[in-house]
Amino acid sequence: MNKRQYTPKERMAIQRCKMVEQDAAARAGNFKEVNQGLAEAVAIEEANRCIQCKNKPCIAGCPVAVRIPDFLAKVAEGDFAGAAAILQADNALPATTGRVCPQEKQCEEVCIRGKGGKGQPVAIGWLERYVADWGMAHASAPVPPATRTKYKVAIVGSGPGGLTAAGELARIGHNVTVFEALHAAGGVLRYGIPEFRLPKRIVDREVANLEALGVKIECNVVVGKTITIDQITSEFDACFIANGAGVPEFLRVPGENLKGVYSANEYLTRINLMCAYDPQPGRTPILRAQTTVVFGGGNTAMDGVRTSKRMGSSRAILAYRRSRAEMPARAEEVKHAEEEGIEFMFLVAPLAILGDDKGWVRGVRLQKMELGPPDASGRRRPVPIPGSEFELECQVAIVAVGTKANPLLTATCPQLKLNKWGNIEVDANQMTSIPGVFAGGDIVRGGATVILAMGDGKRAAAAIDAYLKTK
Amino acid sequence: MFEVLRNETLAPQVHRMVVRAPRVAKARQPGQFVIVRLEEGAERIPLTIADADPVAGTITLIIQAVGLSTQRIVAVQAGGFIRDVAGPLGKATEIHNVGKVVCVGGGVGTAVLFPLAAAAARAGNEVTTIIGGRSAPYVILRDELAQFSKEVLVTTEDGSLGVKGFVTAVLEQILNDPARKPAEVFAVGPVGMMAAIVKLTRAANVKTVVSLNPIMVDGTGMCGGCRVTVGGKIQFACVDGPEFDGLAVDFKELSDRQATYKDHECKLTGK
Ligand SMILES: Cc1cc2nc3c(=O)[nH]c(=O)nc-3n(C[C@H](O)[C@H](O)[C@H](O)COP(=O)(O)OP(=O)(O)OC[C@H]3O[C@@H](n4cnc5c(N)ncnc54)[C@H](O)[C@@H]3O)c2cc1C
Ligand code: FES
Repeated sequence: MNKRQYTPKERMAIQRCKMVEQDAAARAGNFKEVNQGLAEAVAIEEANRCIQCKNKPCIAGCPVAVRIPDFLAKVAEGDFAGAAAILQADNALPATTGRVCPQEKQCEEVCIRGKGGKGQPVAIGWLERYVADWGMAHASAPVPPATRTKYKVAIVGSGPGGLTAAGELARIGHNVTVFEALHAAGGVLRYGIPEFRLPKRIVDREVANLEALGVKIECNVVVGKTITIDQITSEFDACFIANGAGVPEFLRVPGENLKGVYSANEYLTRINLMCAYDPQPGRTPILRAQTTVVFGGGNTAMDGVRTSKRMGSSRAILAYRRSRAEMPARAEEVKHAEEEGIEFMFLVAPLAILGDDKGWVRGVRLQKMELGPPDASGRRRPVPIPGSEFELECQVAIVAVGTKANPLLTATCPQLKLNKWGNIEVDANQMTSIPGVFAGGDIVRGGATVILAMGDGKRAAAAIDAYLKTK
Repeated sequence: MFEVLRNETLAPQVHRMVVRAPRVAKARQPGQFVIVRLEEGAERIPLTIADADPVAGTITLIIQAVGLSTQRIVAVQAGGFIRDVAGPLGKATEIHNVGKVVCVGGGVGTAVLFPLAAAAARAGNEVTTIIGGRSAPYVILRDELAQFSKEVLVTTEDGSLGVKGFVTAVLEQILNDPARKPAEVFAVGPVGMMAAIVKLTRAANVKTVVSLNPIMVDGTGMCGGCRVTVGGKIQFACVDGPEFDGLAVDFKELSDRQATYKDHECKLTGK
């Protein structure tokens, strides 16, 4: 245990640590994780930057209210087991959220150490990752509860929402079955977020832990097609739907069906889930381009453009309608992307995808934009600049401009109340219009975040447990 | 894991496989398909469910071994296993009793046609079936289709069986004969064949349903890789189809998109 005591002044003098990263030029050509993690001594020193302030704004900044100062205090003492216990009690997937949460808009944004001029928030995300990885390396496989209840709960979808709910319910002793449409569990963590941000061994480990707890995971079950919600409610005592956001939006410009235009979902699924980066006969194919242009400004766009660089594009260009300040992507990803040589084009909108006479993409036509007054989302609305059209040569174009609710499941369950966008409506306990059927994550919120899906899963699990007790 | 119970050869490189998949068998309706992944690392391949036995819990797949992945699938013998079978996917065929229908199948498209033709007959339609192939051995399911068809007309390109030529010539005769003209045509086969058929049926003003087979990945609407243009609008074949109004389909785009990875497979297999 680390015994070093800091005076308040010494504490304030510690500079925010630096993450060890894979060299930018090297990593732009491989899929290994960019962030290599903190060294033990660095983690302890960083945790000592937390001044244990009275108001603890970081807890309020965290969508699942992790007791951040408490776990940081344990890290500061070198008590990683203690830190891991606190973290794991509050957050089901800390190794994942430590890597993919937009900390700069949550806990770290409100950290008091980040206030005023040159202030830098405590590196809460990196410490979360450190503690979670330590916990994974040192923990033994979870043991299923000694006694099981008589209740059966079905979970639809194995993304962060479904996995979290499954774990919480299994620990209580309920009999949990997860139905997943694809051939592997993990949701976006598996098919969307690339290896270089979230190594798949972490997802594998989370899934293995659930199985060790006694959770049954059945892949290749498309709820709404293979079985219906009605069948589930007749066979199970409760159900949690977390089937994600689903259907990709396209640009609605000419040329969108040319060969070489992908939705980000398709591009990333081919590579992450189907291993198209490893060309072998019988593997899923993927087009490789000299120049790839990606439309969008969120995490999905960023993952698409950085992946295309790794797939060998000498120019990988992100084209975004608004300016840097409006980009919804995690700040760290933007920084990493710039270091890797990703080109950013701000304030441009696609007018058309251009094709050659054989139906292949040969370029895109863009229009420059300027920022007008704020729109409904509070962000300044981009407006076209007349006469500013130009063409950009590329062979692959990736569309990452959002997703909408997938009607595949909901269409087969008309009793399920939806909002006007097709998302499932729930009450404060995540319960839908059907008693005993709960829902959460992106299918309720629209495209949101891992931590919010997880929070929904946790809240739903508690509500399901309460509901079962009334049965 | 999904056990293969039977595997027989119907035609050169065309296999009929019976696979144990109880949930799929129970839920399946004519027109739907499954996505099959043979083993860890393999591609996801969409395959029409030719038939299903909900009691036995089995589905029948008719598979033409056109590429490496399908070759590997048909190489699995009875007693062997397929790692992943997901479905039933896609919309079920909409079948009404319209009187006379003509069902046209080309090559392995005949396997996709089979459940549609059977459902059309069950609904009370008078079914005339036209099936074509390169030569006699490539004409599949003739006897099976004959069981519920008023007649089965066969064409081969080399004349080794039935009429020499293409299915379109036979269809054209029927469309031009007021006594035989159908209220509806179902056509499944290579894109070129379906496009040629639609040319005829458009001129004859006959409703035409086609079943499309674009490249797919997930089969649940998540990737959009299967998109086709129908009536000027983007449709995802895996969830909005696979059957569409043939008169509204952009076949040129479909055949283009299907060729996306042609060179890719050649490169990898060194052809
Ligand atoms: C490329 C990409 C990058 C992202 N990066 C970040 C990030 O850095 N940070 C962040 O916080 N968020 C990020 N997000 C958003 C985040 O991943 C989602 O908000 C989160 O995964 C939602 O979780 P979920 O459990 O609701 O659904 P999902 O993760 O979408 O999982 C849903 C699961 O349900 C399955 N399913 C769907 N339909 C059915 C059905 N009918 N029957 C059975 N199973 C079904 C799906 O196959 C899937 O496995 C990213 C999203 C994408 C696409
Ligand atoms: S196959 Fe992915 S959306 Fe149809």
